[in-house]
Amino acid sequence: MDQLLSLLTEDARLTNAELASALSISEDEVAARIADYEARGVIKGYKAIVDWDKTDRDYVNARIEIKVIPKKGMGFEEIASIISRFEEVESVYLMSGTCDIALTVSGKSFKDVAMFVARRLSPLESVQSTSTSFVLRTYKELGVFVALDEEDEREVASL
Amino acid sequence: MMDYNSILSRQVQEIKPSGIRRFFELAAEMEDVISLGVGEPDFKTPWAIRQAGITSLERGRTHYSPNAGFQELKREICRYLERRMDLHYTPEETMVTVGGSEGIDMLIRAIISPGDEVLIPEPCYVSYDPIARLTGAKVVPIRTRFEDDFRLTADALRAAITEKSKLLIFPFPNNPTGGIMEREDLEEIAEVLRDTNIFVLSDEIYAELTYGDKKHVSIASIPGMKERTVVINGFSKTYAMTGWRLGYAVGPQPIIQQMIKIHQFAIMCAPTTSQLAAVEALRSCDDEIEAMRDEYDMRGKYLVGELNRIGLDCFEPQGAFYVFPSIRSTGLSSDEFCERLLREEHVAVIPGSAFGECGEGHVRISYCYSLKHLKIAVGKMEAFLKKLKEEKHEAAES
Ligand SMILES: Cc1ncc(COP(=O)(O)O)c(C=O)c1O
Repeated sequence: MDQLLSLLTEDARLTNAELASALSISEDEVAARIADYEARGVIKGYKAIVDWDKTDRDYVNARIEIKVIPKKGMGFEEIASIISRFEEVESVYLMSGTCDIALTVSGKSFKDVAMFVARRLSPLESVQSTSTSFVLRTYKELGVFVALDEEDEREVASL
Repeated sequence: MMDYNSILSRQVQEIKPSGIRRFFELAAEMEDVISLGVGEPDFKTPWAIRQAGITSLERGRTHYSPNAGFQELKREICRYLERRMDLHYTPEETMVTVGGSEGIDMLIRAIISPGDEVLIPEPCYVSYDPIARLTGAKVVPIRTRFEDDFRLTADALRAAITEKSKLLIFPFPNNPTGGIMEREDLEEIAEVLRDTNIFVLSDEIYAELTYGDKKHVSIASIPGMKERTVVINGFSKTYAMTGWRLGYAVGPQPIIQQMIKIHQFAIMCAPTTSQLAAVEALRSCDDEIEAMRDEYDMRGKYLVGELNRIGLDCFEPQGAFYVFPSIRSTGLSSDEFCERLLREEHVAVIPGSAFGECGEGHVRISYCYSLKHLKIAVGKMEAFLKKLKEEKHEAAES
């Protein structure tokens, strides 16, 4: 894998100068490669990972697994595309195993999420069944510890 | 009242207490220290190795091992050295030790008689000098210089040799400088040593950590050198196994046998759990070594770039995981620099003088930390340097 991508997935806020040092290339080259990744849609975006429990935002997050009965003109792709367009939906995956599509949804309250399932998801014709589980606590997100502290157990100094 | 000074041996009393004790204590007392001071990996030991340790405990393998280490492990060590270092040893020429530290101790004790001279290129790791002194050796430091990329030159070596010279400590890749020795350099050193009776302790604990296309070359692989060299290596740095306390020494059988003899009386054997885990390390973790190395490489380059940007000159490390910038431009001694940086910005780096007198004017900064951590620390160092500059300015004006 390109180390530039691995650095950016570790910390997207490294400056071009810092990336250039770490990779032993010029800042111009860093800028050009990032621009290319963005243009080709390899890099889709940059977002902060927030521990919402530490803010005043009301936030609940649920994971919903759905079983789909594909119909003519309404296969997995189409159904995923419809679901992806709801703004409450954070991620959508085609799955192997017992469900067909899994998604994560967020809202201000449990009720918001319940309403989303009742009003938006269940009525979709191809959706055979849904199974909703609420997230109670987030320990780790996108490789970053959230509710856990990652402690450095080493001595402060050793020779 | 006991007079403890009369109880303690003269040699022990003569070993100067590590000059940075006080500094360590200060750092340990502070709560929110941002440390760049460690000499050990931040990575956890790869899971397969930990699992092998757990499995050995579950099976109840909790007894002493043979003095020189499990045969299975010694065999794997030889295979590893063959595969990755182009070194050819047999299990009979191998002993398993409690860290590289013990290997250093055993070799020095096995070959030094009082009055022998031990040649130590400095700056270097801190254990060779006191251990040599305990055996009654005379320590002869050889200075390595920034201008030579901190390599040991044949001229400097030649100038330090007398007919009492017994042992050359060969600490490359080097802690704290990041200097390495390439094949041509080694050949020149070998040329100097070939006509002498000087033995070599090659501390290759950082052998897997060299950067760019500069792969480590062991001095024992240079013609004529194997017979006069003991190679010290270990699992601490290569496999992120510092707490397991495991290392090894390979060398001519007559020397290794005597080292095993002392080891048998002093230590009995290296920890069994660690030895069994290490077998797994040698068998299945070459990829992990490389992944960790690539990560250090990136961090090191990042750090050098940033240190240069904030105005500290440094040599780009070619091995190990430290940078050793000069702090002379600040006008402070390395002790003063470190103490003020710790007190004022809560960042801990190690004074270069801890690694030998000629380390004065430098500090050692470890990059066994995530980029995120390094970035925060560099920000604080930048603020500190700016403050120093302003102070100087004000002093000049008044
Ligand atoms: C150059 C050098 N040699 C040997 C050691 C000892 O390592 P261990 O006893 O953990 O193998 C160290 C540890 O910092 C070191 O830097």
